[in-house]
Amino acid sequence: MQSNFKNMVFSLSLIAVFAAVTLASVYALTKEPISASKQAKQQNAIREVLPLFEYLDEAERVGVSSGDTLLVYRAYGKDEKFVGAAVETVSHTGYSGDIRLMVGFDTEGVIVNYSVLEQRETPGLGTKMVDWFKTETKNQNILGKNPSKDKFAVKKDGGDIDAITAATISSRAFLEAVQNAYFAYSNNKDAVSGATTVVTSGTAENQTSDKR
Amino acid sequence: MTFILIFISAVFVNNIVLSQFLGICPFLGVSKKIETALGMSGAVAFVMTIATIITYIVQKAILEPFDITFLQTITFILIIAALVQMVEIVIKKISPALYQALGVFLPLITTNCAILGVAILVTQKDMNLLESVIYAISTAIGFGLALILFAGIREQLSMTKLPKGMEGTAIALVTAGLLAMAFMGFTGIVK
Amino acid sequence: MSRKSNLKIFLNGIIKENPIFVLVLGICPTLATTSSAINGMSMGLATTFVLLGSNVVVSLLKNLIPDKVRIPAFVVVIATFVTVVEMVMEAYVPALFESLGIFIPLIVVNCIVLGRAEAFASKNNLGKSALDGLGMGLGFTFALTLLGIIREFLGTGKAFGITLFNEEYGMLLFVLAPGAFIALGYLIAVMNKLQRK
Repeated sequence: MQSNFKNMVFSLSLIAVFAAVTLASVYALTKEPISASKQAKQQNAIREVLPLFEYLDEAERVGVSSGDTLLVYRAYGKDEKFVGAAVETVSHTGYSGDIRLMVGFDTEGVIVNYSVLEQRETPGLGTKMVDWFKTETKNQNILGKNPSKDKFAVKKDGGDIDAITAATISSRAFLEAVQNAYFAYSNNKDAVSGATTVVTSGTAENQTSDKR
Repeated sequence: MTFILIFISAVFVNNIVLSQFLGICPFLGVSKKIETALGMSGAVAFVMTIATIITYIVQKAILEPFDITFLQTITFILIIAALVQMVEIVIKKISPALYQALGVFLPLITTNCAILGVAILVTQKDMNLLESVIYAISTAIGFGLALILFAGIREQLSMTKLPKGMEGTAIALVTAGLLAMAFMGFTGIVK
Repeated sequence: MSRKSNLKIFLNGIIKENPIFVLVLGICPTLATTSSAINGMSMGLATTFVLLGSNVVVSLLKNLIPDKVRIPAFVVVIATFVTVVEMVMEAYVPALFESLGIFIPLIVVNCIVLGRAEAFASKNNLGKSALDGLGMGLGFTFALTLLGIIREFLGTGKAFGITLFNEEYGMLLFVLAPGAFIALGYLIAVMNKLQRK
């Protein structure tokens, strides 16, 4: 086709309009599923890292020393008993990109489970964090440990946890995220239980007596 | 301090070509001579820096406020394509000498995924404008470093006798692999 | 137009002009996404969809687009398809979307896609262009899957996630960046040797 100014402008505009219409409609169609799948992923992660619970509180925001704001989800079982809290935490010191975790704590601050939400570590090395810290060999398991009692740092830094072989940087970042999570958990717990004892005395005792 | 970290990380540790796999087409395509490698690196540095600034502003001023970030890909590639054309015209008018040096490489740059890659990466990494610019420049330097080193090796390689099947791209890729291995030695400089 | 020539167009992309092994185009996603077989294959299929779509649309529009603005027009078409793939993947296969990451939007600058639009679809009719897009796409997918299998097998002892030998004996290097270059280099050398016969 001949190129003159008019038809160049016309045909390009036409294509652009078509592109815009297509994209806008696909966007409208996929918007729901995208947010639904993100929601589902988060909900599944929370379910995975906590003991059985009936309902969750609205997420509460807690600032930590790294400057991030973490989300704390407090979970309750039957009769509104506090059973633990899941914390969505992050570390920026990974080998490449941020590491996002969901860490679940019980009422005592013992780690129930964790789930890696996002990481871009080296395949075959840092990516092993997905199962590494759950595996019951030597000192690599963090489940059942309490960050206030055990030293959550890699052996190289004088801690109690075995780092992933050949991926110390990723391991450090992972443990930093877990520590941040614990910090947010304990701060939030203090704040909430302090408040509840004032309003309804007795519930705090009920909470601690329930150990699942 | 963060700027130095960004610089070292982008040039050595997370080298755009050898560890992020961006911009490999020109890396293989124009690395037969050191001279052309230098020209290409210059052109990439130039376009990458400007493109990152413009796409950053568009992202923050248009895409995010209107909540149309799903148009990011299409917007960025059009900006880059238009920008490359404009840079070509402007350089031709202002500095014929610079055009002589960079001109032939400019059209090739539109399809250099490193440019679009960096533009998208800075938005993903939530960098501010200054950090983005430093990141773009450092990445371009990393690209240049890898390209020029590789061109030096290939100049020597062209004089070597090779098995028939290994000639050309095959040996170039294996060499690039060894170079990437050398760059892995920088791992851990920046925590 | 005989059936034979149609088959030829289709097979052209898979064997004779395989985008990776012969034309050596689109190397960036090839190296970056083949750390496992499944990732390589998904990337290949996503690219195939874009190739097919852009080839069809470009061949339909070829008489309407003025010559001087054809490249920007093609780019818009390609970018549209890429964005569609991006959104659909994010909605229905979020895990895959995350592991392929930045390389999905980067299909836009994959030289094969624009190259086929310019060299084939803008000169041929709808049917042929579709076949060409499909053939090239499957050729690309084939190359990526093969490289993915090799790297996953040598690196971790698995193929498509199924363990074939103990991971302890895997050569981790092949999952990392240098292994990608080296594995593809030798694969191309082998293909060269086979083609020459």
